[in-house]
Amino acid sequence: MGAAELPGSEMVTAATISIVTARKVAASVVDPEIPVLTIDDLGILRSVVVDEGRVIVTITPTYSGCPAMGQMEDDIVTAFERIGVEGVEVVTVHFPAWSTDWISEDGQRKLRQFGIAPAVSEQDLTCPRCDASTPTMIARFGSTACKALMVCSSCGEPFDFFKPF
Amino acid sequence: MTIKSVTSLLAHADDNMVLAQRLGELISNAPELEIDIALGNTALDHLGVARALYTHAGNTEGKGRSEDELAMFRTEREYTNLLLVEQPNGDFAHTMVRQLFFDAYQMELWRDLSTFSDTTLAGIAARALKEATYHMRFSSGWVTRLGDGTEESHRRAQDGVNALWQYTSEMFEGEAEHYHPAWSTTIESALIEAGLDPVADPYQRTGGRSGFHTEYLGFLLAEMQWVQRSYPGLKW
Repeated sequence: MGAAELPGSEMVTAATISIVTARKVAASVVDPEIPVLTIDDLGILRSVVVDEGRVIVTITPTYSGCPAMGQMEDDIVTAFERIGVEGVEVVTVHFPAWSTDWISEDGQRKLRQFGIAPAVSEQDLTCPRCDASTPTMIARFGSTACKALMVCSSCGEPFDFFKPF
Repeated sequence: MTIKSVTSLLAHADDNMVLAQRLGELISNAPELEIDIALGNTALDHLGVARALYTHAGNTEGKGRSEDELAMFRTEREYTNLLLVEQPNGDFAHTMVRQLFFDAYQMELWRDLSTFSDTTLAGIAARALKEATYHMRFSSGWVTRLGDGTEESHRRAQDGVNALWQYTSEMFEGEAEHYHPAWSTTIESALIEAGLDPVADPYQRTGGRSGFHTEYLGFLLAEMQWVQRSYPGLKW
């Protein structure tokens, strides 16, 4: 959901934005590599604080090697600028470390619909296309830091698997 | 001790920065596409760890030095990475042996640091531990396959072990001494699994932690830093 589609998205400022709106704006930012997932779905959005004209968004990075983190920080700032709020502070907190357990159920469902098997133990892994439970691994390191490459031995389709982390 | 000095944070950051740069040299040059991607991913993880540690070191130091300043404007003598990680990639067997030696050490390090009361460091370490575990499945798997493979792959893997062994005890200097027994156990069983011989020669080289490096680091830093040194503060 882009900022323009937010309910009541008339222009506001850092002094007038409500916490509810601020939370919605931050939560609407998507992962640039997996655009079906918002940073809220991913579990990396830790808190949004509105305090005396300052908006502070706290996030926790995923994998050390995820180049999308910097993009997401920029996208958070841009999402607020779009509704008139300048100078949002994005704070990175490393503790506790992010885990794939933090991906919401909704997020896991969206991943599967997008063709990516959500993070489960390798024994419980099923093909996101045909649900067969006999995939084999092609490459432990996939197209991004968060994914491994699998192939389904039933339907023969390759698919990405979100590494349990 | 449950915090780390700036000096120590920088040393661990430098290890990861230099190894990321070394592995990055292999992108588009690895033996096959999957390995290329794996090495690129591993390099990115090391780079991410280095960035987080540089930022944390800069904040801890309190002199306003950013991650970029710490990575791009420190000289060879100021870098305190291990000699192991600056060694050239050599062939693929050599690269995998270096990775295995380092991964096994990083697992002990991150497991320890993840319990520190400095929560930023503990969080970085907890994440890096999962990554080191993942990297080690790759490096140990390849060392086994190469050591236990053809005559040629065995020879190359053994050459890698022989060449790099002299840089291993440096990992366990000073406060890192207590990681040595667990590392030795892991590496001994990995070598046995791979049919590779341990190195009998006790000769060891050190100096990286004090800024005395092998000839290779200067060239690596020159390539890595020249853009920032030519055009300070350049962004894209």
